[in-house]
Amino acid sequence: MTKKIKHPTWRKALTAVSAACLMGIAAHSTADTLHRGIGGEPGTLDPNLVSGNWEDMVVGDLFMGLVTEGADGINIPGAAESWSLSEDGKVYTFKLRKQAKWSDGKPVTAADFVFGIQRILDPKTAAKYAYILYPIANAEALNKGTMSGMDNLGVKALDDYTLEMTLKAPTPYFIEQLNHYTSFPLPKHVVEKYGSDWVKPGKMVSNGAYKLTEWLPQTHIKADKNEYFFDARNVSIDTVQYYPTEDRPAALKRFRAGELDVNYEFPIDQYKWLKENMKDQAIVAPQLGTYYYPINTRDEKFKDVRIRKALSMAINREVITDKVLKTGEVPAYSFVPPGVGRYQIQEADFKALSQKDRLKEARKLMEAAGFSKSNPLTLQLRYNTHDAHKKIAVAVAAMWKQIHVKAELFNSEVAVHYADLKEGNFEIARAGWLGDYPDAQNFLSLLEATPNNYGGYRNDEFQKLMDQAAVTLDGDARLKLMQKAERIAMDEYATIPIYYYVSTNLVANHVKGWQPNVIDVHRTRWMSLER
Amino acid sequence: MFPYIIKRLLQSIPTLLIVITLSFFLMRLAPGGPFDGERKLPPEIEANLLAAYNMDQPLFMQFVDYLGGIAQGDFGPSFKYKDFSVSDLIWSGFPVSLELGMWAMLLAVILGVLIGCYAALHQNTRWDYLMMGGAMAGIAIPNFVMAPILTLVFGVYLSWLPVGGWNDGALSNKVLPILALALPQIAYIARMTRGSMIEVLGSHFIRTAKAKGLTATKVIQKHALKAALLPVVSYLGPATAGIITGSVVIEQIFGIPGIGRYFVQAALNRDYTLVMGTVVFYGGLIILFNLVVDIIYGLLDPQIRYEN
Repeated sequence: MTKKIKHPTWRKALTAVSAACLMGIAAHSTADTLHRGIGGEPGTLDPNLVSGNWEDMVVGDLFMGLVTEGADGINIPGAAESWSLSEDGKVYTFKLRKQAKWSDGKPVTAADFVFGIQRILDPKTAAKYAYILYPIANAEALNKGTMSGMDNLGVKALDDYTLEMTLKAPTPYFIEQLNHYTSFPLPKHVVEKYGSDWVKPGKMVSNGAYKLTEWLPQTHIKADKNEYFFDARNVSIDTVQYYPTEDRPAALKRFRAGELDVNYEFPIDQYKWLKENMKDQAIVAPQLGTYYYPINTRDEKFKDVRIRKALSMAINREVITDKVLKTGEVPAYSFVPPGVGRYQIQEADFKALSQKDRLKEARKLMEAAGFSKSNPLTLQLRYNTHDAHKKIAVAVAAMWKQIHVKAELFNSEVAVHYADLKEGNFEIARAGWLGDYPDAQNFLSLLEATPNNYGGYRNDEFQKLMDQAAVTLDGDARLKLMQKAERIAMDEYATIPIYYYVSTNLVANHVKGWQPNVIDVHRTRWMSLER
Repeated sequence: MFPYIIKRLLQSIPTLLIVITLSFFLMRLAPGGPFDGERKLPPEIEANLLAAYNMDQPLFMQFVDYLGGIAQGDFGPSFKYKDFSVSDLIWSGFPVSLELGMWAMLLAVILGVLIGCYAALHQNTRWDYLMMGGAMAGIAIPNFVMAPILTLVFGVYLSWLPVGGWNDGALSNKVLPILALALPQIAYIARMTRGSMIEVLGSHFIRTAKAKGLTATKVIQKHALKAALLPVVSYLGPATAGIITGSVVIEQIFGIPGIGRYFVQAALNRDYTLVMGTVVFYGGLIILFNLVVDIIYGLLDPQIRYEN
């Protein structure tokens, strides 16, 4: 018998190889599978712990909050059917959908929402984004550990389908951020059974349009349609495979070869080629975000408003967007980007001037502040490692040179960069902010006494207006207060806005239902495939 | 030989310990931490995070804890990939890198030695120049240039092979990455084999073998090749350890779930536990392969004995 089988290892290897090939072919795309590049490998799929938009692309398909994003990015009712707000603006009462179920068929109840929110606020969970929920009564104290007993939290299940949230103060933008993963419900019965392992495929159950079926790290995540989803009959795509496409040029090639149907971002240096060759599949859309340079206002150098104004004025934003970046970015003259509801952005007063006049004026300001060609202002401009950041910094340094500023460029990798910004250890630096929810407050809070106020900007009047806006229930009055506040910050040149972000996506022609939107959130439930 | 192996393995323990100690403290000296990101965290939340990862302890205590963990085979949880432990990540990625690396190395040794021998035996002919020119190009063209060219030609233009992805390890998905990994190695090995072969062919014992009347084939097979392979073998040790632990470039370009990317990403993310895990793992492999090389050396070269 042993004689018969001469090369058992060879045989085995051959069988294995052919089996692998067959499996490969079997696993390959079928018409109802969407292959989606998400730009990075998720660090986790636990809604309490995720923190990146590439993670949200998966988690937001698996779970659904009280409100959720429509195809156009505008919030619509999600797990909650309807809600009401008390007269003092502090108590929300949500009516949950009775037909909503977890992917194992168990009903989604108010207790699951309470559980999720209690868990994220528990200091032991160590959730990065817990602070998003600080508007809820006692949430901050419980998360900081200065109060104990989750019973004190302002989130209560009145019955299985009625959820009450009490806020510490009226918070007009609160409802907007309930689409965020921080307030997703968690399946109490599963989390309690499996502990931190509940997120593993086969164990996780979810209440969104899809359920997790497979996760091979650095390979793909697979999710199948959740038959128990309340709107399942309108979900067209049966299976989604998410790929961690970190290498943008490689992702573009996979897209061209038909291996990906959708990909988050594309290599910007290939935009010209894309425009010429696959124009309708490379989608550029305005996004809710500002790329800006915080000025360290604690530094004596920048206390003089004339200097801050001159630095901001001298930057030719059109050159940066049209000549340096070339991907459709929009020059920014305000800190809050356009596209946040009815809010009117407050632009810098020099926008009306031509660049030539701006330069002339900026030079005059610098000279008035005591600087000249032979006695330039020296400063350090910091940026984190990225090709585009570097190009912009080089361009800005050249522009500043014309107004007697000698900028030394300093580059560091991202962790070091932000550690220094946090410490206030910089003069002028590169930063960017993408809105968490479409409300001007999300941007203006970066100039209040919050941790993300890198430049340490302080202005009592600005703060007073923001405090006032925070308790103003009337929508229009609140917008006016915030517009006034931004006006002050812009007139003081608190930071240097450079451009408004755009989102870039690759979307194949056979993918329907994909709509560009300012928050760049595209849930798979709205898409379909027509090949 | 057995006592020799035991002795070498025992010697590797202090070596690894030094590697662990140095990398642990050097890593902590690097500015920035695992929780520094685009958004600054409120101090209380940062405190929660530090406590959750045991980072609120004095550094030396953390080191002691870490060593204790390693002694039990526990590399701790990853800071970045929270749903996986460091061991999970290494053991899910390593088989992939190992498989690709082994195929690439096999291909490289076979082709490299063949090309090298052929070039040496036809020294200063047109074929020699052509092959060595090709090898020079193989060394000079970096992977991050070669790999995209391969995908563009075979994946996008010709559509013969997938551009990327792992696809549960389907053969067609492995061809291009193996080729891209092997090309520079083929070039190195070919040049090295040619050089040492030419040297060996001019030595006394080859002259003796020829004088005894052996055929040219026998001289090369029995005598020359064995001696000529010595430098190649000593190169293969660290090269294999390097190639089977993956390549960040190849993995990112082809979307392959190996462990190569962790070496770079973990350091950039300040994922302390993952950095340590990969360093210890790689260090262990280097020690192991150097030992294997020394053993093979003894088999090839009768002048080497395993004594004290």
